[in-house]
Amino acid sequence: MTELASKQRAKRPEFRNINAFKDLTTYRMTPAAWVSILHRASGAIMFILLPFVIWMFDTSISSEISFEKFKAAFNIGMLGLPGFIWKLVALALIWAYLHHFIAGLRHLYMDATHRLSNEFGKSTALVTLALSILLTLVLGAKLFGLY
Amino acid sequence: MSVNYGSKRLVVGAHYGTRDWLAQRVTAALMALFTVLLLAQVIFSKGPVGYTQWAGIFSSQWMKVLTFTVIIALAYHVWVGMRDIWMDYVKPVWLRLSLEVFTIVWLVACAGWAIQVLWRF
Repeated sequence: MTELASKQRAKRPEFRNINAFKDLTTYRMTPAAWVSILHRASGAIMFILLPFVIWMFDTSISSEISFEKFKAAFNIGMLGLPGFIWKLVALALIWAYLHHFIAGLRHLYMDATHRLSNEFGKSTALVTLALSILLTLVLGAKLFGLY
Repeated sequence: MSVNYGSKRLVVGAHYGTRDWLAQRVTAALMALFTVLLLAQVIFSKGPVGYTQWAGIFSSQWMKVLTFTVIIALAYHVWVGMRDIWMDYVKPVWLRLSLEVFTIVWLVACAGWAIQVLWRF
């Protein structure tokens, strides 16, 4: 504490009452900051889409007839929306789950080991972002029948 | 008084905010293990996964009980997370309380639906 206080440091800009349009657009976020806000956003997305997840669980598992309805929703469409829209919703859930999962493991590892250096935070944040997007692309290609 | 901060913090007792923090991590670990278990069963099932293989994974009583536990863990985990979001961004007390009540209703309803599905087929 005394060491920090005694050092002469350059004055940093101080933000109070951040304006979403004026300040956030000029705010350069580090990879760890992106992982952090996306962890929150992906969690919120899954919270909103939770009934859709349970609908998928219900129709896919209840009977062979409902299983066919489940497949038809993504191949033909449902509620007036074409199948690819529902595949995109599923893909959003896939990304949200992957990001939340990997970022969550990063959290648990940091909590358990107290590894909190800048370098470690940055490298694991980049791995989290890259791996979640890469796996989303791989699974998305499968979902849309590219292989 | 014993040490009550940092890694030596007492995690049982009067809590002072630690309970939800710890519960979120414990439920996260449980759900992560469940994810790996479920993925393994899908990946290592023989042949293409149709209705029979998929429903078969959830047919045993131990899998139903485990899935039930994960649904409860999920609801608690999401409650802690969504409450954090409301507390950070929503300042008027009446709106925050309304959103928290909505969150609880939403989660309990979803959990009830999922649990019903689990033991119905």
